[in-house]
Amino acid sequence: MSKHHVTTTINGEPMEYLCEGQQTMLDVLRDELGLTGSKEGCSSGDCGACTIIVDGNIVCSCLMLGVEAEGRTITSIEGIANGDTLHPVQQKFLEHAALQCGFCTPGLIVAAKALLDNNLNPTEEEARYWLAGNLCRCTGYDKVLRAVMDAAAVMRAAAGR
Amino acid sequence: MSYLDKAALKVVGTRPIRPDGVDKVTGRANFGADTVMPGMLWGKIKRSPHAHARVLGINTAKALALPGVRAVITGADFPIVTAEHAHVGAAPANLRDLSRNVIARDKALYEGHAVAAVAATSQAVAEQALDLIEVEYQVLPHVMEIEAAMADGAPLLHDDIFTTGIEPRPTKPSNVSKVVRFAKGDIEAGFREADIVIERRYTTKPVHQGYIEPHACLVSVSADGQCTIWSSSQGQFMVRAYTSRIVGADIANIRAIPAEIGGGFGGKTIVYLEPLAYMLSKKSGRPVKMVMTREEVFRATGPAPGAIVEVKLGAKKDGHITAAQSILKYQAGAFQGSPVQQGCICGLAVYDFPNALTIGYDVLCNRPKVAAYRAPGAPIGSFGVESCMDELADALNIEPLKLREINGAKDGTKAAHGVTWVNIGYQKTLEAARATAHLKAPLGPNQGRGIASGYWHNAGGESSAAVHVNEDGTVTVTEGHPDIGGSRASMAMMVAEVLGVPFENVRPVVGDTASIGFSASTGGSRVTFAGGIAVTQAAQKVVEVLKQRAAVIWDISPDAVEWRDGKAFPAGANAGSFEPLDLATIGNRSARTGGPISAEVQVNAQGQGPGFATHICDVEVDRETGHVKILRYTAIQDVGRAIHPSYVEGQMQGGVTQGIGWALSEEYIYDKDGRMENPGFLDYRIPVASDMPMIDTVMVEVPNPRHPFGARGVGEVPLVPPMAAVANAICAATGIRLRDLPMSPPKLRAALDEQALRLAAE
Amino acid sequence: MPRVNYEAPTSVDEAVKVLAGASGLAKVLSGGTDLLVQLRSGRIKPDLIVDTKRIPGLIGIREEGGFFIVGAATPGVMLSSNVALEHAWPGIVEGADLIGSTQIQGRASLAGNLCNASPAADSVPAVIAARTTVVIAGPAGRREALAESICTGPGRTSLAKGEFIVEFKIPKPKPHQCDAYLRFIPRTEMDIAVVGCGVNVTLDAGGTCTDARVVLGAVAPTTVIVEDAAKALIGHKLDAPTLAALDAAAQKACKPITDKRGTIEYRTKIAGVLARRTAAIAFERAAAR
Repeated sequence: MSKHHVTTTINGEPMEYLCEGQQTMLDVLRDELGLTGSKEGCSSGDCGACTIIVDGNIVCSCLMLGVEAEGRTITSIEGIANGDTLHPVQQKFLEHAALQCGFCTPGLIVAAKALLDNNLNPTEEEARYWLAGNLCRCTGYDKVLRAVMDAAAVMRAAAGR
Repeated sequence: MSYLDKAALKVVGTRPIRPDGVDKVTGRANFGADTVMPGMLWGKIKRSPHAHARVLGINTAKALALPGVRAVITGADFPIVTAEHAHVGAAPANLRDLSRNVIARDKALYEGHAVAAVAATSQAVAEQALDLIEVEYQVLPHVMEIEAAMADGAPLLHDDIFTTGIEPRPTKPSNVSKVVRFAKGDIEAGFREADIVIERRYTTKPVHQGYIEPHACLVSVSADGQCTIWSSSQGQFMVRAYTSRIVGADIANIRAIPAEIGGGFGGKTIVYLEPLAYMLSKKSGRPVKMVMTREEVFRATGPAPGAIVEVKLGAKKDGHITAAQSILKYQAGAFQGSPVQQGCICGLAVYDFPNALTIGYDVLCNRPKVAAYRAPGAPIGSFGVESCMDELADALNIEPLKLREINGAKDGTKAAHGVTWVNIGYQKTLEAARATAHLKAPLGPNQGRGIASGYWHNAGGESSAAVHVNEDGTVTVTEGHPDIGGSRASMAMMVAEVLGVPFENVRPVVGDTASIGFSASTGGSRVTFAGGIAVTQAAQKVVEVLKQRAAVIWDISPDAVEWRDGKAFPAGANAGSFEPLDLATIGNRSARTGGPISAEVQVNAQGQGPGFATHICDVEVDRETGHVKILRYTAIQDVGRAIHPSYVEGQMQGGVTQGIGWALSEEYIYDKDGRMENPGFLDYRIPVASDMPMIDTVMVEVPNPRHPFGARGVGEVPLVPPMAAVANAICAATGIRLRDLPMSPPKLRAALDEQALRLAAE
Repeated sequence: MPRVNYEAPTSVDEAVKVLAGASGLAKVLSGGTDLLVQLRSGRIKPDLIVDTKRIPGLIGIREEGGFFIVGAATPGVMLSSNVALEHAWPGIVEGADLIGSTQIQGRASLAGNLCNASPAADSVPAVIAARTTVVIAGPAGRREALAESICTGPGRTSLAKGEFIVEFKIPKPKPHQCDAYLRFIPRTEMDIAVVGCGVNVTLDAGGTCTDARVVLGAVAPTTVIVEDAAKALIGHKLDAPTLAALDAAAQKACKPITDKRGTIEYRTKIAGVLARRTAAIAFERAAAR
């Protein structure tokens, strides 16, 4: 069985790779491209630790095939910061201690960034429902929500709103 | 030097950003599955589909012949660990049992029990190879439930377990491995004195710790037997010790490197994969990586036990409890060792009972061997006791908080298990609960409020730490504890405080087994306590060295040097007038003043302070569906001294959320063949973000004088009260008392329907 | 995961050819949120995956000739961001929006949800209640069928070998016609529906129901169109006796099982509760449209 040659854009960079038909995007990111920031927590789309952004929408990379990335634009946790400047969501996660073990953190940050790209003024309830697909066992979500709401405020201020 | 005066502290008690934080928010941090080695193979495990079966034979020939397969192992590849060698140092696990849990020998004892493993050049080939391994089973009757396992004629898991703790010693083997008993006073007299006696039975199901990171490791064994293990665990020294015993290797030949760990909560205080990866690597001559799937985590790693808790309380009309009795039966799973003893002790430890009796049974059954889960044993015991306290309060018509104020433990109280309390903060948690706005907030229709308390001993034990002053005056502290919740930040904070330097100048490192002295595992809420003592003592020793080096530089006596605010000063005008010397100056000149500036300390910490908590929970019930919504939650806990308050709050909030899941939605569901039906996060339901409100925390600080900064362990107590707090709130909202966890919507709806019929009949 | 071949045809005809020519088991991939889970767990072992997302028209929503035409592989997020569809059939959008998490909605499609044929599928009750038809392509050409004819049992559809759904044709609502979808789950998100209910009502100017469809999910091997529930609503306003009759009809229509997600007794009771609550929302919306 021959491999598929995929050309795509990941974290702003053109990328090419070979993969088999059944390899998930998560497998490709972690095992072929060395981008181990996205995590495997369940392989069934229930935990969100593998969250990436594809053409503007968050998806579970464990439920996407690597071949499907052809021609698409993909952002993983490694693409959220701008060089060594952290995204406001990342900065606020640190300030609010919104992580303990840190395993769910990449998926949560990607999902939260997408939330704020979509809506800079979510209510706490809207943010909780948006993030319901990101399981966290350590924090109880309290500081996560505080970080997200604070990041939203910072981003609104920066946008002059 | 005493650091117990909070006002004098500059670093401890603040909230700096954790030093491993940037790596964790950018995806750079390396967890168990994030590493590769050249030539690496992938390992996979073949597991028993039967809950109880004799393994008659395993044929691995076809698997070995599959191109890409480099090694196949079964139980026969492992040495037998005898009872005499079942313990390594002071580590708690029974290695005879653990070695048979890691891979089955003559029997598969639960669905998911590992029976063989392969290493191959890709995951796909390894999976294919598993299907080619032929295992011949003789299926045996299995037993899943406690009372069935205790009954005469129950299927027997082991023929060499004879119940300890009962007289006369039994001659027939049993599924009950032990009976434990603690007594105080005269229980019968106590009940006779009571004006009212209530007796209730509570039941729980197994629940998993639910860490989001599945177990993972990468092990490389070279031809001369030297081995490197990369794995995420709650203790690299535990990984090294347990693996060495299970595979029969010398401890010095194993270097265990701690990866970042994606949650443990007790579930990663033992090994599952490392010994298997070791054998596969040894046989194949290549590094072997093994990562569990989520399904394997559920089928084959240890949950907290399901249990039966029977509580009997007797009290005077004025609320003074005269007698308290609890009988606990815990599932141990396939091997002995549930935390039933802790359940017995902790449930009653919150109170001053003049007469008490608690008895616990450890019951084997064909389920995965249970593993520690955050205050192991205590949450279950307290679900029973704290629910029953509420039922007693109701029967006496006394406010639940008042009943606890009347009977709560104080300094000087002797607990039922024999310990006399000194310097405890339980009463303060009750006072703080009284003072909350939460307690007075009005409630609406179908809403109710419940409170519950809890206790956990916390632990001390062995820790090592090294503090080094670098040539530029920055400081490195190496300690041996995997960081589950931010502990490395706390270690650096304590060192910075002792040295008198900014937090940013101190970098903590979690060392591997070759880089730092022995340290017991991260668990038992011990790291800030015992690790904290070690780093503090090491930093204090470094201060002495720094003073001595200043003395050399100034050519005065070391007694004439004092250390303040990160600098050496002459102690008084008579010592001489010298400019103060900071760490950078002294560090830079270390070679000329005596050599490297460094201290390593090993401690076996004692005097850990126990932790007490009181929680307040508001719920709203949808009477038509039985759905329970958590409206508001306040967790109050005596934390001794919060080294990094955000991380203490985080422990409280995380434990509360696990408790809410345990209360409302989490359970293991098995079919009639003993196969788990919900081994995934879809149907094993842990709380999601939209299920939870913000969780308020109140940190009461009654400093523990046995810790330099007054810290107590904080991580485990938070899981002890929530289930009863929720049950008590549901009762307040509906009048329905649920005694079987989880308190899922169908159960509540059925109880509401039954209540409606009863009321209609009246 | 076991090895599998992958093709991404760029036209309907090419897809039909590829599916017809497949030697072993071929499965259509839209969002993959069921397919990949089943692949991973070993529940299905296809030889070929045919990805329909590169076929023009399979992703997208347009309005044409009195219908909303929704491409079969359109992900849930596109449905919820389509203002016109959301206004016309909020229940359909709600149902799709409730499938899994935000991440799942970034991929999950109406066709996948329907053809996976889980009795508990969240988008299906409201889609059926709206009298949606689906356009099917296959070796014998194109045909149309009512959405409610597709699921024949858990995991089974009426599609012939080599057939796949190209688009959903949802009729535009009449004045004072609207829908709603509710489900019961133990948590607040992320669960499979214990019971789902889609209700579509048409009211006259006075608020009396002139047409209704009540569809229950997760209470039988396939979704159930509850004729007696519709009869209970037609000719009535949503007063207490109507609600009681609706509740009873819903409960009577249930043929649920007891499984790890719910018991027979519980599902039956909740079917009644949801029928009432869903109808109340549908009536309120219909009156406002």
